[in-house]
Amino acid sequence: MVDYLWLIVLVPLLSSMLLLFFGKRIGDSRAGPMASVAVLFSFVYSSLAAIDFITGAEEHGEVITLWSWIPGLGLDAAFLWDPLSALITAIVTGVGLLIHVFAIGYMKGDPRVPRFFSYLNLFIASMLILELAANFGVMFVGWELVGLSSYLLISFWFEKPSAAAAGKKAFIVNRIGDFGFMIALMLIFAAFGTLDFERVFEAAPVVLTASMATTITLMLFVGATGKSAQLPLYVWLLDAMEGPTPVSALIHAATMVTAGVFMIARVAPLFELSEVAMVVVATVGAATALFAATAAIAQRDIKRVLAYSTVSQLGFMVLAVGLGAYVAGMFHILTHAFFKALLFLGAGSVIHAMADEQDMNKMGGLRKVMPVTFWTMTVASLALAGIVPFSGFWSKDEILAAAFVHGDYTVALWVVGLIAALFTAFYITRLMMMTFFGEPRWDESVHPHESPRVMTVPLVILAIGAAFTGFVNLPFSPWLEHFLETSFEGVEQAALPATYLGLAFLAAVASVLAIIGIFFAYRRYHRDELPDESQGVWKTLLNGYYVDDFYGRAIVLPGKAAAERLAFTADEGGIDGAVNGVGALTKRVADRAKSLQTGLVRNYGLGILGGAVGLVLFILVRGGAF
Amino acid sequence: MESFPTLALMTLLPVLGAVVVGLVPKRRSELVYPLALVVSFLPLAIVGYVLWEFEVGRPGYQFTQRVLWYEPWGVSWNVGVDGISLLLLALTAILFPISIAASRSIQKNQKMYMVAMLLLETGMLGVFVALDLLLFFVFFEITLVPMYLLIGIWGSGNRVYAAVKFFIYTALGSALMLTGIIWLGVISGTFDFTAILDVPLSSNQQGWLFLAFGVAFAVKVPIFPFHTWLPDAHTEAPTAGSVLLAGVLLKLGTYGFVRFNLTLFPDAAVRFAPWLAALAVVGIIYGAAVAIVQPDVKRLVAYSSVSHLGFIILGIFAMTNQGITGGVIQMVNHGLSTGALFLLIGMIYERRHTREIADYGGLAKVMPVFAGMFLYMAFASAGLPGLNGFIGEFKILLGSYLRFPAAAVLAATGVILAAVYLLWAYERVFTGPIVHKENEKLLDLSGREVLILAPLVVLILFLGVYPKPALDRIEPAVAEVLDRIDAATDYEVPEYGIPENVAGGDE
Repeated sequence: MVDYLWLIVLVPLLSSMLLLFFGKRIGDSRAGPMASVAVLFSFVYSSLAAIDFITGAEEHGEVITLWSWIPGLGLDAAFLWDPLSALITAIVTGVGLLIHVFAIGYMKGDPRVPRFFSYLNLFIASMLILELAANFGVMFVGWELVGLSSYLLISFWFEKPSAAAAGKKAFIVNRIGDFGFMIALMLIFAAFGTLDFERVFEAAPVVLTASMATTITLMLFVGATGKSAQLPLYVWLLDAMEGPTPVSALIHAATMVTAGVFMIARVAPLFELSEVAMVVVATVGAATALFAATAAIAQRDIKRVLAYSTVSQLGFMVLAVGLGAYVAGMFHILTHAFFKALLFLGAGSVIHAMADEQDMNKMGGLRKVMPVTFWTMTVASLALAGIVPFSGFWSKDEILAAAFVHGDYTVALWVVGLIAALFTAFYITRLMMMTFFGEPRWDESVHPHESPRVMTVPLVILAIGAAFTGFVNLPFSPWLEHFLETSFEGVEQAALPATYLGLAFLAAVASVLAIIGIFFAYRRYHRDELPDESQGVWKTLLNGYYVDDFYGRAIVLPGKAAAERLAFTADEGGIDGAVNGVGALTKRVADRAKSLQTGLVRNYGLGILGGAVGLVLFILVRGGAF
Repeated sequence: MESFPTLALMTLLPVLGAVVVGLVPKRRSELVYPLALVVSFLPLAIVGYVLWEFEVGRPGYQFTQRVLWYEPWGVSWNVGVDGISLLLLALTAILFPISIAASRSIQKNQKMYMVAMLLLETGMLGVFVALDLLLFFVFFEITLVPMYLLIGIWGSGNRVYAAVKFFIYTALGSALMLTGIIWLGVISGTFDFTAILDVPLSSNQQGWLFLAFGVAFAVKVPIFPFHTWLPDAHTEAPTAGSVLLAGVLLKLGTYGFVRFNLTLFPDAAVRFAPWLAALAVVGIIYGAAVAIVQPDVKRLVAYSSVSHLGFIILGIFAMTNQGITGGVIQMVNHGLSTGALFLLIGMIYERRHTREIADYGGLAKVMPVFAGMFLYMAFASAGLPGLNGFIGEFKILLGSYLRFPAAAVLAATGVILAAVYLLWAYERVFTGPIVHKENEKLLDLSGREVLILAPLVVLILFLGVYPKPALDRIEPAVAEVLDRIDAATDYEVPEYGIPENVAGGDE
C-alpha cells in the first residue's frame, strides 16, 4: 500500500496533463467529474494507507525512495509517510475533493472548463509533493509548484488585467519568500552536506550552533511568511481573490496557504533549537492575527473580508507553531479548512446568486431566499468566532491556552490573540448581518436564488465538518495529539494548563470576548440603515492601512526607476557608450595614422631603424647589460 | 585509442554538407532546405551514438583521435570528449536541426544562408572536441564568420551595426587569446592540450595566460561589463542566429573557462576566482534588472542571458564540484530554454513583424498553445523546480555558498528578478484584453511549429525530473579538473557537511 503511495501524486498529475492536452476531446461536461475522480482516488488511497497509523499498527514514518534525483547533492525523489503527512494529505485531498465537486457547478458555462480542472489537479499534486517530501529539496519542488498552480489559478481569467496582475503579484511575492527558503537550503547543505530531513534533524543538535540554527530557521520562516501570508508578505493573498470565485480563493484559504505552517511543523526539530526564531515566529503570527482581523472589520467586498480573515487565522496557526504547540497548529489547520472553506463556498454561492455582485452594501435580506447557504454559513461563522462547541472554539482555544501557559513574553501574545479573537467575532457577525439580514439593498436587475444541489451539498458536508471536527482533539480526549505523537517525537512541545479548571477559565475569557464582539456587531448592523463607514479610521482599515500603496511607492516604483536608469543611462549610455567610444577613438587614431603612410621609403626606413634600436636597447636592458 | 574517426566525421559532415548544398543549382533551389535539414541530422545521429557508447566514470577523454598536422609546431588534429564536452555536443547537435527547421521561410539567398549555418555547425562542434590549442582556436574563429554573416545579411533593422560590433568585439578577444596560445605553445613546444597539462607554468606566466584566454572568453560569455555586443547581436540576428548565439556560442566562453582557464592555469584561476565571482554576481543582478524594463521582448531575453550566464560563471569559479557541475549543466539548460524562447519570439515575429511588447497584449486568447509554450519556457528559464533550469541554479547556489557565501546570497536574488521580468513580460504580451486590432486574427502555432519546439519541451522536463544521467557524466570530469587544481595549488575544495570531529561516529 505505502510502496505505491506515489500514485496519489501521479494520478492527479496525469489527470491534469490529460485535461491540459486533450481538454477539448474530453469535453466540458466530463472534465470536472474526471478531475474529481482523480482526487477521490488520492483521498481514498491515502486514507486506506493511513489506517495503520490510526489503529496503531504502524507508529513510525516510512520513507519511500522513488529515484535518485540530484545525486551530487545526495537528493532523492523521496516521500515521507508519517502521521503528520497523513493528516495533511487527508485535509488537502478531502477538502480538495469538495472544491472540485463545487467547481463543477460553479464553473459551468466558462469557456475554459477543462483548463480550470487541469490547474486544480495540478494544485492537488503540487501540494501533495510539498507535504509528502522526505527532504528539503523535494519540499522545495512542491513549494514552488504550489506557487505555480496558485499563479495559474489566480490569473485564470487572464482577460481581466486585474486578475493577470494579481497572479503575477502572488508569484513574485512568494518568490521573495522562496528566496529566504533558498538561503536556508544553502546553509543547511553547507552545514550538513545533505538535505534529507531525517539526517539533518538527527545531526542538528550536535552540528548547529545557536546562531546558525537561528539564521536557518528564520530564513525558512521568510519562506513561510510568503506562502502562509504573514506580515509583511501577506499582500498577495488579498489580490488572490481575483481568481474564479470562490474556488481558487478557497484553495488560497483552506489548503494552499497552510503550507508555511505545515513546513514549520515538519521542521520543528530545527526550530526548537532556536529560542530567538521561535519568539519571532510566535510574535509575527500574533501580530498578523490582530492586524488582519482589524482590517477585516471595514471591508465591503465579501471576499475581501474572508481574505483578511484568512490572513488573520493563519496568524493564529503561526502563533501556535511558534509556541511549540504544533498539534494545536495542525488542529487549527484542520478546523479552519472546514469552516473557512465553507465560508468561501457560501460567499461564492451568494455572489453567484447576486449575479457576481461582491459588495455587501448591495446585499441584505438574503436569509429567506438562500436558506441553505445562510444556515451553513452561520455554522461556519460560529466556528470562526470560537463559540462552543463549534470546531474553531476548540482549536483556537488550544492555541490561546498554549500562549498563556508557555512563558513570560507569551502572555502578551495571549492578550494580542484575545483581542484578535474579539475582532474576529465582530467582523464575521458584520458579514452575516450585512449579507443575510435587514432589508434587501439589491440592484433592481438582480433576482437572488438558492444555488443548485451540486453547490449546496458540499456546503452541507462542510457544515457538518465545521460543527464537529473540534471533537477530534478535545482537551479531555486528545485523539489528534496521540495520532501525531510519533511525528513530533523528541520535539519539545507546548504545555497546556495543568488542570481542566485552568483551561475552562481561559476558555471562558475567550468566549466572553467573542460574545462581546458578536453583540457589538449585531447592535451596529441590525438596522435598516447601514452605518457610514467611509471616513476616518474606517477608511484606513478599508484600505488595509495603506500597506499596498506603501509597497508600491517605496519598492515597486523606485525599483522600476532604478532599473530604467541602469538600462537606459548606465548600460546604453555608460558601458555601451564607452565601447562605441573606443571604437570611434580607434577610427580617429586610424585616420590620423593614415598620414604616416607617406609612401616615402626614407620615412619607413627611419621608423624601422628607430624600432630596431629600441628593440636592441630593450633586450640589452632585460639581459642585464646595463 | 586510435579507432574509427567518429568525432572527425561528426565535425566535418556539416562542412561537407555545406559544399553539397552550395553545389545545388539555382533551378533546383527547392532542394536547399530539405538537404540542409537532412545534413544537420547526421551529426545528431553520431552524437547519439557517442552518448550511447560513452563510458560513464572512465577518467580522461574518450573517442580520442590524434593525427599529426604540422610537426615543427607540434600541431595536431587532436580530438576527444569527456563528460563536460559531451553534453555540450549534444546540445549543439540538437539545436542545429531545430534552427534549420525554423529557417524554412528564409527567402533571401537561402543557399548561402544554409551554407553559413552548416559551416557554423562544424565550428561549434569542433570547439567542443578540439584537444589541441591551435585546432581549438581555428574552430573558435570559424564560428565567427558565419555568425557575422547571419546577423549582417539576414538580420533585422540595425543588422550591420550589430554584426560589425559583434565581430570586432569578439575578434579583439580572440586576438588576445591567439597571443596567449602562441606564447603557451612556445613555452611548451607543443599545442597538444594533454601534453601542456604536464608543463609547469610559473605563477606569473599563469596570470598573464589566464588573462589572455580569459578576456576572449569573457567577451564571448559575456561577463559584465563586456556584454553590450550581446543585446544588439541577439536582437538583430535572425531567429536561428539568436537561438545558436544564446544556445551554443555563449557556451564557447564558459566552456573555455572550464577547459582551459581552470585546467591549465589553476594557480591563476584560484587567484582570480573572487574577481570573477564578483563580476558574475554583478552580471546576474544587472542583467536581470536591465531585462525588466526592456520594451523589446527579444532584447529582454537577451539581457536575461547576461543574468543566466552570470550564474554559470559563479558556479565555475566557486571551484566546488557542485558549482562547476551546476555550471556545466546550466550551460545545457540555458541553451534549451533560451533557445526555445528565441524560437517562440521568432514565430510571433513572422506573424506580426514587431518585437515591441507594447504592440501585443491579450495573445493568450487567440494563441493559447503559443501562450502555454511561452509560459512553460519562461518558467523553465526562471528556474521552476521540476524543469531543467532549477537543477543548474540549485547546484550552483548550493555549490558556491561555501566558497563565496555573500555572492551566493546575492545571486539568489536573481531568482526573484527572473520571475519579475519574465512574468511581467508574459502579462503584457499575453493577458488582458486584445488592444490592437492586428492581433485579433493571429493564428496559433501550426503543427510544424509545435513539432520544432517539442524536443525542447521534452528535454526540459526530462532534465528537470531526472537529471541523473547527465550529472553522472559531468561529475567525474569535473572531479578531474578539481583534482588537478587541488594538486597544483594549495587551494582546498571546501568540504560540505558535518566535519569529522563533530560527527564523531554517529549513525
